[in-house]
Amino acid sequence: MEMTISLPISTYESIIDPDWCPGCGDFGVLRGVKMAAGKLGIKPEELFTVSGIGCSSNLPGYIHAYGVHSLHGRAVAVASGIKFANQDMNVVITGGDGDGYGIGLGHFVHAMRRNLDLTYIVMNNQIYGLTTGQASPTTMKEVRTKSTPRGNAEMPLNPIALAIVSGATYVSRAFSGEPRHMADVIAGGIAHKGFALVDVFSPCVTYNKINTYPWFKKRVYKLEDDPDYDATDHKGALNRAYEWGDRIPLGLFYREEQPTYEESEPAMKEGPLVHQKLGLEKELFDDLMEEFV
Amino acid sequence: MREVTLGIGGAAGDGLDKTGDTFAKTASRLGLYLYAYNSYQSIIRGGHIWLRVRMGEEKVYSHGDHLNLLIALNQDTLERHAREVEPGGAVLFNSDKLTLDSSLFESQVLPVPMPVRELLKPLGKTLPVMQNTVSLGAAIFLMGLDFEMMAEVLADTFQHKGQEVVNQNVQVAKAGYNYAKEKFVPLGYEWNFSRIRRPFITGNEAMALGAVAAGCKFYSAYPMTPASTILHWMVAHADRCGIVVKQCEDEIAVANMAVGAGLAGARSMCATSGGGFALMTEAVGQAGMIEAPVVFITVQRGGPSTGIPTKTEQADLNQALGASQGDFPRIIMAPADVTEAYYTAAEALNLADKYQLPVIILSDLLLSEHPETIERDALKPDLVIDRGQLVTEWPEGNGTYKRYAFTESGISPRALPGTKNTVYVSPTDDHDEEGILISDEYTSPPVRRKVQEKRMRKLEGALKELPPPQIEGPEDADITLVGWGSCRGVIREAAEVLRSEGIATNQLHFKYLLPFHAKEALEILNGCRKTIGVEVNYTGQFARHLRSETGFSLDDMVLKYDGEPFEPAFIVNRVKEIVRGESLSLEVTREEAQEIAYHYIRTHLGNAVRPASMQVGNGVSAEEPTWCIELVSRKGGEKTGDLFVGQRTGSTYAWQPVSTVSAD
Repeated sequence: MEMTISLPISTYESIIDPDWCPGCGDFGVLRGVKMAAGKLGIKPEELFTVSGIGCSSNLPGYIHAYGVHSLHGRAVAVASGIKFANQDMNVVITGGDGDGYGIGLGHFVHAMRRNLDLTYIVMNNQIYGLTTGQASPTTMKEVRTKSTPRGNAEMPLNPIALAIVSGATYVSRAFSGEPRHMADVIAGGIAHKGFALVDVFSPCVTYNKINTYPWFKKRVYKLEDDPDYDATDHKGALNRAYEWGDRIPLGLFYREEQPTYEESEPAMKEGPLVHQKLGLEKELFDDLMEEFV
Repeated sequence: MREVTLGIGGAAGDGLDKTGDTFAKTASRLGLYLYAYNSYQSIIRGGHIWLRVRMGEEKVYSHGDHLNLLIALNQDTLERHAREVEPGGAVLFNSDKLTLDSSLFESQVLPVPMPVRELLKPLGKTLPVMQNTVSLGAAIFLMGLDFEMMAEVLADTFQHKGQEVVNQNVQVAKAGYNYAKEKFVPLGYEWNFSRIRRPFITGNEAMALGAVAAGCKFYSAYPMTPASTILHWMVAHADRCGIVVKQCEDEIAVANMAVGAGLAGARSMCATSGGGFALMTEAVGQAGMIEAPVVFITVQRGGPSTGIPTKTEQADLNQALGASQGDFPRIIMAPADVTEAYYTAAEALNLADKYQLPVIILSDLLLSEHPETIERDALKPDLVIDRGQLVTEWPEGNGTYKRYAFTESGISPRALPGTKNTVYVSPTDDHDEEGILISDEYTSPPVRRKVQEKRMRKLEGALKELPPPQIEGPEDADITLVGWGSCRGVIREAAEVLRSEGIATNQLHFKYLLPFHAKEALEILNGCRKTIGVEVNYTGQFARHLRSETGFSLDDMVLKYDGEPFEPAFIVNRVKEIVRGESLSLEVTREEAQEIAYHYIRTHLGNAVRPASMQVGNGVSAEEPTWCIELVSRKGGEKTGDLFVGQRTGSTYAWQPVSTVSAD
């Protein structure tokens, strides 16, 4: 299917070039985000990218859109605050696996329960790159890294399964080696009303010599190519989330239509908080004071 | 001035809060000024709760240090507080359950046993908690207050439960009132009721209301005593006031969400106590770095660590000053009373917007949780809302919008995200005027120097805008009491007492802790004869801050760190000791020895005994003199043994039951 691009990718061209290592998977993700935004016709001033800290979290600096490069592990919380304040913004969180699945895991799980209309793209390279190659929460068992010289003793975290059981309403996976497919998956996540996870295999060419482009290319397949796969079947999605090894699925694992948190919030029904009138009418103030008498 | 203090003591779960509320509202609606303080514990049932309500025809500024009328809901209260009731006062208790022997109260104090069962019998089935209402009815009579007003308050309180419940409560109160009328004469307080209905409000409620009235649109929190009542007020009024209130998974999320909302342009605030603020600190620095306006309230409680969660302290100043790594501009303010708490919340939101930085409000349990009467028009709704320099449009031909433009004032005009042609990134890495990182590829020492100076320069403007401290009380004084935050009222009363006793005393009080009026403060302090710091902590954190800002060392300190707030007499006595040149005694006093005995009895011996006579001696082998505390049976009064408490260390050395003693 030919993609309809409403805005050219150059719309989001930043004056700053990425400082990622040549060949880094994050280049593909940056392109994927721009393509997705373009496809949906989102103007730069309507897009807010929010990141934490790590190589991949530099992404907001490389795209022409509003952005905040926040604290390590806190991107989801900062993004939630932004969404509460201005629900007109398309808020896209862009971070890494250490940032989101390690130090920021608590916010990740609770954000999914909450179902704010956020899109969370995790550039998962199964390693800490910026700190030069320590094990991350998704490093596979027995893999040797700078911090696991005897081989990683811990089980890797399964973000897809975790998202499905935590109440995320759009759970997907993409691969930097499949940029067009990734753009579609990201666009689907942004268009989805509710919390969308896009876990992206974004190989670290410098510090992860195991989970490389060829390693993934050999294994990945697209769920969309399986005519029997039903992305609305919760248990089936959970089953598929455990598939790992010779075959690894990409694409939309699970999708569910649920009211967003914003919809339950009376104050946000009057439009974005940032555009609302401030302060209290005298009559309301007097009523409030009367409660103290 | 006529003033009276009522104490109500009992266990958690005895319904003490409601009883106190009913009384306070009755007195307040009659036009009296109240100040209440509830000394409670971190349990839901049991323990010892001790509520004091001080009221007067004129404004009172602390819960004082008197006790005129006691309502005891359990035996502990009779034993521990009946003796504090002053001559001319009365002790009310349920005589079905409790006994008050004459050793427990002073002569000229009226014991008022209430035969609650008998009084309630004609009223059919009643709840156990209604024993309080019987006593309250009697107290209203004895204190010369207006029963009709109490009936009105009960009606307001219980109307949501239906007329039947209202009637029953009024009848129960009336039974107590009539019983007292029949058996006793009033205590002789002559009141002049203005019947002006004034608000009776806590510091937390005032800060919540002030914030909303000043345009706070987003409030996030994680439950933590003593900040939780801000959350409760906010969420109860969120829909009517049009604010989003979000309880988060932890304080890290609370702070970061508040930063996100502030950055996006909503007036944003969050609150917590020290432990939660510790988790928030990295986000405080983030707000400083990305110049996001956010207000952080931290309500101090007894620390360190989990500490004494339901007790008060002023020991988190160091934490607020040092919150987060690096140098960044922040404003720290400590309101002194409920009215100031209201305006401080509004002021904090304005300063945060104007200077684009985090503002920290340091409250404490006393200020945040105690209710007091304020004037009817003390809190005004028409607050100034100053959002600072906002860029609302940026024509395409204007060139690049620079979010962090280096300006003389340090303030960079702010375009809220969503404004056309102003797209920018706010990084926590240090950055140039456009928000481009100078941390990685493009490091630049001079840019770093100028951006750091730009940010810090904002405090120069803020300092000029904030009012400097001033001497309160007589200009010419021998003693100047120096305090901060919630201590202003009690220091003011202590200074009055000292003056009445011939010691010329004034006070210097600080609300603005950062930026600090070093020049003005030093000028004042240099003109003082003797300066004494007064704060609720062990190390004198403010005195140290003052010294670091001005180089001025206070002459002496009055410190308190037992979890309870200052009472005027405590300050007065210590100041007089200082004036007499006496050094501070840390020995366990008689009253404290009794409380330590109660602590030991409750944790080791159950409810059957109580402390009786006490004397200092060398009853046990210890390297210090000990209090020898005789314990007696609560029922028969016979001696059950001796407890020995070190006079210097407070250690409980030995419990010797009578049998062991006689075997020696």
